[in-house]
Amino acid sequence: MANLLELNNVSKTYSHGIIKKDSTVALRDISLTLREDEPSILTVAGESGSGKTTLAMLLLGFITPTTGQIIYRGKDISKLRGQEKLAFRREVQAVFQDPFAVFNPFYTVDHLLTVPIKKFKLAKSKAEARDKMDEALTAVGLRPEDIIGRFPHQLSGGQRQRINVARALLLKPRLLIADEPVSMVDASLRASILETLRNLQRDHGVSIIYITHDLTTAYHIAKSIIVLYRGGVMEAGDVETVIKNPQHPYTRLLIDSIPWPNLEQRWGAQKIITREAGAVSGGCPFYSRCAKAMDRCKTPAPMYRLAPFQTASCYLYEGHEQMDAAQLSETLPV
Amino acid sequence: MTLALAPSPIKSPSRLHRFFRYLSRNKSLGFGLFILLALVAFTVIGLMVIDPNDAYPLSAPTRRPPSWEFPFGTDFFGRDMLAVMVVGMWQTAFIGVVAGGVGTFIGVVLGFISAYFGGITDAVIRITCQILTPIPVLLIQVVVAGSLDKRDVTIFIMALIVVMLAWMAPTLVIRSQVLTMKERQFVSVAKLSGVSDMGIIFKEILPNLMPFVAAAFVGQIFLAVFASFYLAVLGLGPLREPLLGNIIWLAQAQGAFFNGWWWWPIAPSVGMILILGSLALINMGLDELSNPRVRKSE
Amino acid sequence: MNTADTKPDLAQVIDAPEPTPVLQVNNLDVSYYTDSGRAKALDDLSFTLNAGEKLGIVGESGSGKSTLALAMMRMIKAPGRIDGGQVRVDDTNLTALDDETMRKARLMKIAYIPQGAMNSLNPVMRIGAQMVDAVISHVEKEPKSAIVERCMLALESVDLPRSAFRMFPHELSGGMKQRVCIAIGILLQPQVIIADEPTSALDVVTQRQVMETIDRVREKINAAVILIGHDMGLMAQFVDRVAVMYAGRLVEVSTVREMFTAPKHPYSKALINCLPNLENKGVFQGIPGLAPSLLRLPGGCAFHPRCAQVMDICRSRRPETTVEPNGRTVICHLIKQEAEIGQPS
Repeated sequence: MANLLELNNVSKTYSHGIIKKDSTVALRDISLTLREDEPSILTVAGESGSGKTTLAMLLLGFITPTTGQIIYRGKDISKLRGQEKLAFRREVQAVFQDPFAVFNPFYTVDHLLTVPIKKFKLAKSKAEARDKMDEALTAVGLRPEDIIGRFPHQLSGGQRQRINVARALLLKPRLLIADEPVSMVDASLRASILETLRNLQRDHGVSIIYITHDLTTAYHIAKSIIVLYRGGVMEAGDVETVIKNPQHPYTRLLIDSIPWPNLEQRWGAQKIITREAGAVSGGCPFYSRCAKAMDRCKTPAPMYRLAPFQTASCYLYEGHEQMDAAQLSETLPV
Repeated sequence: MTLALAPSPIKSPSRLHRFFRYLSRNKSLGFGLFILLALVAFTVIGLMVIDPNDAYPLSAPTRRPPSWEFPFGTDFFGRDMLAVMVVGMWQTAFIGVVAGGVGTFIGVVLGFISAYFGGITDAVIRITCQILTPIPVLLIQVVVAGSLDKRDVTIFIMALIVVMLAWMAPTLVIRSQVLTMKERQFVSVAKLSGVSDMGIIFKEILPNLMPFVAAAFVGQIFLAVFASFYLAVLGLGPLREPLLGNIIWLAQAQGAFFNGWWWWPIAPSVGMILILGSLALINMGLDELSNPRVRKSE
Repeated sequence: MNTADTKPDLAQVIDAPEPTPVLQVNNLDVSYYTDSGRAKALDDLSFTLNAGEKLGIVGESGSGKSTLALAMMRMIKAPGRIDGGQVRVDDTNLTALDDETMRKARLMKIAYIPQGAMNSLNPVMRIGAQMVDAVISHVEKEPKSAIVERCMLALESVDLPRSAFRMFPHELSGGMKQRVCIAIGILLQPQVIIADEPTSALDVVTQRQVMETIDRVREKINAAVILIGHDMGLMAQFVDRVAVMYAGRLVEVSTVREMFTAPKHPYSKALINCLPNLENKGVFQGIPGLAPSLLRLPGGCAFHPRCAQVMDICRSRRPETTVEPNGRTVICHLIKQEAEIGQPS
């Protein structure tokens, strides 16, 4: 079966300034393979500045990589034109974080659903289109009469985000990039949105890349996880293993700082430190905040395989099997 | 257990009602629109009532003060001032709308191209605008108008002279708005939905630019009308036409006040103040409308 | 993860002094008068904050919690208005003060740490200048050197270097800017600090750092803190007592232990159930329905359309308050009934 989407050693660097070139590495040497026949949910976890948004933008074809290639069904996505590009768009979709920003304030909320129906020819008549919209809206727990014909500012944040998810349901893409889909939504509503996403994968075979900084929701919905920090993969593998038994110092700090709603699970065992020297360019991205940093860390560590489905990029695990960046997908369960 | 459904939507007041309520809050816009509409009514009704020829010399007895027959009096050359006001307003409006329209159109097209396509195109357009902006417009207009043969100056030429240096500001404003809008997430979603570049420009971005285009348009009309006034007041206009600025120049040249013909320059002066005042008020009002931060909360 | 590090509650109860209220909100009513009608953002709200205590006010969107923060600071702007009630700090009724006295009271008696610190600092002034400004506008006749030293000490207590005094906001990261806002808040040693979603724009590790900072400075200047937010997890890790709001009304006030082990109000219960935990992977629990619009609140109890234990009386009559001997407050018909019968709930 074909590979749906491949990232081959993709890096993205932003540089600015004409005289003195100042560059920031947003993503370093990421390789990922998403197969069509094994739809699964992968979490990309990281804070702001980790590169997770850059990854989303690359996957959607909105930005081009500095090095490496992104291949869609055997073709480089920057070279897609016409019908092939439309097919790519049809199969790779997104749900974004801000429920308000995705709506064009000039139009009613129907616009979000009617445009793709028309462009991708999902319905043969206006009536059929309306039926599909009603079906999708009902599936996310909304009443079409309350939604159709309204403007975005007339609805609540929760309703708007549900409409976004309804759009994904309507399109049934092969790959859905969900970039923080519930972080701007109330806790009581998150469950239904996450459940809809999970059903998309389970019942309709949609692969989901769930991008977030909130590991608690990631734990519930995903099967595999990649932890990013300043553009590098720190740890990866099966989500239960990584969250319950984190190995990389960064992942440990992250898990330790999660505010669990549970009085028995207190945060703060690890102290948060900052090295005055600051980051070392070209070295491990976590060097300046790592309690266990060594001189070796001035060059980035390769991925070490700690278990069939757990890897950590840290010299602390030097004795283990070393993996190439291109093999990342092998360590992620489906 | 029955779960009551979400409460039915709030019934909001009708759009017309909300429009008038907004106008009462945005007094600039309300007042400006009112005066402008009054002037438009004056002009339109006037054109139906008077004979345009009366606005030209030797159509009426000269130097008559306001009376029942000539409500605004007549001037030195035998023009019926009422006809002069009506025709003059109409011509001013023509210059304003044509020059304003052309300036805005150029601004929108260039601004869009510059912002959407970026790169060299953007650099060229932007730098051209920035270089041309500090040029003293008044000076150039006077020089150009002054060097033309008096007989060649028509209203149309006046409009073009005015527009010549007025298109830069709308270009830069529209450009910055499109630059912002291009990055908005609804544009990304439209791309994901298969919308082409052209589709995004016309269907997604342009409708949202309407307030800015409207504000730019009003601003351009204001500049055009104002320019036509001061060029005419300096005697550089098409002297035969009853442009309001022309009348003032002629009245001043003939020493109207000293000779006691007060009604001659008064009508066009009041007309000028009302036109410019209403346009300025509308401009301020639209500024508040299109800038959500400035808008007073409802 | 730290599993066994809970404070010994018994020792806390025995050693704790009599709680003395430092902030009291009595029957606060705030409404917004909009074109579409009157939205009752706060309805008859009453609670007490004791000295040295950390109180969390939890609510989802539309609960009125942000309005509460602004009302306590008397920063509500038209078309919002405080319709009634009092906010008392010590013995001063803030709602009755004139504008100038209220201005002085801000920062000296009651300080506010806002959400989104990025937007609260003046981008063209140095940090130090902004801090000095804050002091000068409240305290006259203090020599410049003393003011600067006060600011430096504040910066140190939030773990920022003294060099930050001369920096501009854009030179600092999000977490550092938020800590500057905390430093400004404690400059004049207020009795009450209101932190309104202070960490919503920050990542998890920085969030922990900021909350630990707030805890430390609170102890140092012996202030009481109100933490307003929607993240129950944050409440569990930080506060002593929790107050839950829904549609502008208070529904329950309990200690943090009571809230997380045995919540009483049906909304609190449902909220606790929604929270993800490590025990049941893949089980999603939400609350069906939508929060009501403040313009058209349901009759009787505001939560009744979504309540799993709704009774007939809930649809028509506003629920009454039940106060338990230890101060725990629940506003619910069911709880009132159970209390009257003498049943445990």
